[in-house]
Amino acid sequence: MSGPAIEYGTIDEVRGPLVIVRGVSGVGWDEFARIRLGSGELRHGLVLEVDGDLAVVQILEDTHGLDPATATVTFDGAPLRIPVGPQWLGRVCNGRGVPIDGGPPIVGTTTAPVNGSPLNPTVRQPPADPVLTGISAIDALTTLVRGQKLPIFSVAGLPHLELATQIAAQASVGGEPFSVVVAGMGLTHTDAAAARDVLEERSAAGELLLLLNTADEPVIERILTPRIALTVAEHLAFTLGRHVLVVVADMTNYCEAVREVSAARGEIPARHAYPGYLYSDLASLYERCGRIRGRPGSVTILPVLTMPAGDITHPVPDLTGYITEGQIVLSAEVYGRGITPPIDPLSSLSRLMRHGAGPGRTRDDHLDVAAQLLAALARARQVRELAELVGSGALTATDRCYLTFEDAFTQVLVDQRVDEARSLDDTLDRAWRALAALPRPELTMLPATVVAAHLGTVAAADDGAEAASDA
Amino acid sequence: MTRDGAGAAGRVRRVNGPVLEVERLRGVAMADLVEVGAARLPGEVVALRPDRVTVQVYEYTGGITPGDPVVALGRPLAAPLGPGLLGGVFDGLLRPLSGAPVWLRPGVTRVADDRVWSFEPVAEVGQPLGAGEEIGRVTDAGPLPHRVLVPPGLAGTLEAVRPAGRYPAHEPVATVGGTGVDLTTWWPVRRARPYRARLDGAVPLTTGQRVLDAVFPLALGASAAVPGGFGTGKTVLLQQIAKWCDADVIVYVGCGERGNEMADVIEDFAQLADPRTGGRLADRTVIIANTSNMPIMAREASIYTGVTVAEFYRDMGYHAVVIADSTSRWAEALREFASRTGALPAEEGYPAGLASALAAFYERAGRVSTAAGQEGSVTVVGAVSPPGGDLTEPVTAHTQRFVRTLWSLDRDLAYARHYPAVTWAGSYCRDADAIGGWHVQHGDPGWASRRAHVVALLAEADRLAAMAELVGVTALPGPERMVLLAARLLREGVLQQSALSPTDARCAPDRSAALTDMVLGVLAACRDLIEAGVPATTIEAVDFSPVLRAREETTDAGQVERRAELVVAGLAELR
Ligand SMILES: Nc1ncnc2c1ncn2[C@@H]1O[C@H](COP(=O)(O)OP(=O)(O)OP(=O)(O)O)[C@@H](O)[C@H]1O
Ligand SMILES: [Mg+2]
Repeated sequence: MSGPAIEYGTIDEVRGPLVIVRGVSGVGWDEFARIRLGSGELRHGLVLEVDGDLAVVQILEDTHGLDPATATVTFDGAPLRIPVGPQWLGRVCNGRGVPIDGGPPIVGTTTAPVNGSPLNPTVRQPPADPVLTGISAIDALTTLVRGQKLPIFSVAGLPHLELATQIAAQASVGGEPFSVVVAGMGLTHTDAAAARDVLEERSAAGELLLLLNTADEPVIERILTPRIALTVAEHLAFTLGRHVLVVVADMTNYCEAVREVSAARGEIPARHAYPGYLYSDLASLYERCGRIRGRPGSVTILPVLTMPAGDITHPVPDLTGYITEGQIVLSAEVYGRGITPPIDPLSSLSRLMRHGAGPGRTRDDHLDVAAQLLAALARARQVRELAELVGSGALTATDRCYLTFEDAFTQVLVDQRVDEARSLDDTLDRAWRALAALPRPELTMLPATVVAAHLGTVAAADDGAEAASDA
Repeated sequence: MTRDGAGAAGRVRRVNGPVLEVERLRGVAMADLVEVGAARLPGEVVALRPDRVTVQVYEYTGGITPGDPVVALGRPLAAPLGPGLLGGVFDGLLRPLSGAPVWLRPGVTRVADDRVWSFEPVAEVGQPLGAGEEIGRVTDAGPLPHRVLVPPGLAGTLEAVRPAGRYPAHEPVATVGGTGVDLTTWWPVRRARPYRARLDGAVPLTTGQRVLDAVFPLALGASAAVPGGFGTGKTVLLQQIAKWCDADVIVYVGCGERGNEMADVIEDFAQLADPRTGGRLADRTVIIANTSNMPIMAREASIYTGVTVAEFYRDMGYHAVVIADSTSRWAEALREFASRTGALPAEEGYPAGLASALAAFYERAGRVSTAAGQEGSVTVVGAVSPPGGDLTEPVTAHTQRFVRTLWSLDRDLAYARHYPAVTWAGSYCRDADAIGGWHVQHGDPGWASRRAHVVALLAEADRLAAMAELVGVTALPGPERMVLLAARLLREGVLQQSALSPTDARCAPDRSAALTDMVLGVLAACRDLIEAGVPATTIEAVDFSPVLRAREETTDAGQVERRAELVVAGLAELR
């Protein structure tokens, strides 16, 4: 806006992350504020409410050491904007977008509001075409689609961060311009260091932005982190025409920050003391994925969250599931068997997979193979339960084949090293190797000609030669 | 509709998200529209006190400052009803989204509608006309004749009517009793449009979905709710109903749900050939899109806007269906608003008025005789998204009190890929008997007994399955094992229906009946075999895939019947 910003020294009250400033004029709701402490230290905030000459400001860092007598507040005159552009790629920043890689601050003439704006639904292009993660269990069974939001549901103690960084490090879109934005929220220093390590190569190649808010950094800052990530991503995608994958972890930490602000404001809590608007708040992040008709580029979002106490009905996974287009579920039981990534394929689903996989998108046999794998897994699970009841001696020969199939499926297809990126052909050929354990009449979801072609080739290629695809 | 308050200006005092408090705004009434700030953001008066007016704003209020002007428009929130709705995509206030900018920044959804329409008079000058009676028609507003009616509350002599020709939407085409009637008229969305009387008796709305049409049907003018946890198939089911039901007009309200889903609906409906009109399904659909990231208060309005549009077509003598996905997001908007205004919360933070708001919405459904004595209907179908899948939560619990039909979706069925995941134990239809009566008169006297059979078979099988888990299937007597067998055939061969199947996404009622009869016939044949001493194991080993595949492999009832004969004949050979 116009004129030099007024500096208010009239802080009335400090309550948790909130500061109440009196005597303001011309301050708008949701404006960005800067708070200078007596020591000269600068903090940042957002206007949560204005009432006459009072403004309620939420401090993004924290209010420790803030002395109302010496601190002053200035207002930006507009909701927060950040510079956008390719200069973010290759950088590592904290949760507020301030570089921590020793490089210069990120500046630029083009800016965008961090809250974004809703995309007109009539210009959205329905997602199609895959983002290949190089992870067999995901690419084969829950294909990630450009423009989709597909979360990873995990529980504490499972290697979901390893999986997320592996995806961020190795995902690809078949030669088109591709960038990755990773936003870490509330990570431990060990996790943050590990992530930096794994992502270093891609970052050095100028393909990746890493935003890191660690567990000991201010909780409130986390409110901003995913918004910066998405604002940068939207510009890379819809102005610069790149496909952008945004990985945000851990959304449970983000939601806790939202709850903390809500509590400080004395709002009426809904389930588990989270505010009633948590659904809309999460949607304002997750809905920023998509594609736009007539423009290249896409934003794909992969949120990672831990389900408190493994409870999928907890508000964080529950509301996420209500917004996202499917979910990838990690299971402690699978992990206990020594399998990584510990994905439970039967509770996982990519709702958009049929638009992103199959003829013309991945491989002609992909969707049929996936359907057959899932059907066979469901059957294998029944057989296993039956075996527990009646003993495996009572199983029919066919039933026993299903158990062999399940083992092959887990060992050959799902289990994968954290530094191993598999091509889609490799993944699908592994799927065929697992299916080979089943008697052919059981493969009812696959056309007989396709079965003949593949089970032939795979058997012949067992010595490790590249199995031919059915192109 | 404008009153004296129009043009009066007040000043913003307090901004708390979408809720504003305004000072010095005089002459406004409850529910009046206002415009806020330089961007003229639309808002609605929701509370009046002597010194303060509370306003809910339908757009993002970032940057709104105490002191900003608030102008009263002197009329309530109303929707423009006229030609040009069918085939369109609108926001929650019925502002066109097609043609609006890519990014919906506050204040940008202001597209001028300058289209012109071909009008033909049907009434003659000098003729007395009552409310709801036809003045003329617009012939290029979609596949259905668009009737221009005398608006509610107006009656008198047709004093003037324009000759056939092309006219803009907001210009009078006739004068009735001294009042000009435009092609487009405004109606306050929170008020139900009047009709003459509700009609007795139940007429089914055919949806093409077997588990609905055959087990838990929906009557024209009734209301249904679809509760279910995330991913259980609510949206797919609602979209199937929108695509295949035999109503004239579909109003699809995307209320606080996904943008990609709206894009999908828009693209799908634009491509889908409409068997009824030969055109595209989109041409008789009105889409109201208020995705979860669009302003929350417009979400609150979108439900009323949708049902108002449906009533508008009902008044022309059509059968309209309103689909709302999801009513829970609408209820959340109510809660959000209540909490911002500091209203006393009732259950789980929802306002105490939640139940009456839900009742008022579902009560706008009805099959009626219109003001002009025509038959028309509004059928309402709403998705409910219970937190944590908990069906005792307030929105689900209250909704169940007000709907006639409930399709309860079950996570276990959905995880087992049993779609549509409608549970037989948790669903109901209060109009089933009446609909059975209708079928007696319309060529399917066996409908009610078939339904009773199906319901009993499923319940019995559930009971037996629980027992089998304890004692093992083989410990059950033969007839019981046949019940379990038949119930499996019923679930997999009849109740399951893939929305993605080219042959089976829609199932005609007679084919649906034939599929059910096939399973019931197989059950009878199997029972006979047991009685004749054939061991249950022998019967269970029979390859029943022709029964299971019939839903995918047949296209009409005759084919199913022929297949059923073969299967039963094959069973007879086991004797
Ligand atoms: N009738 C059906 N035929 C085939 N697949 C189905 C059917 N119903 C549901 N599905 C599958 O289930 C997925 C989820 O369904 P849907 O999107 O309707 O769930 P929902 O209940 O609306 O979930 P949410 O509450 O998260 O919006 C679909 O993407 C599809 O894969
Ligand atoms: Mg849905």
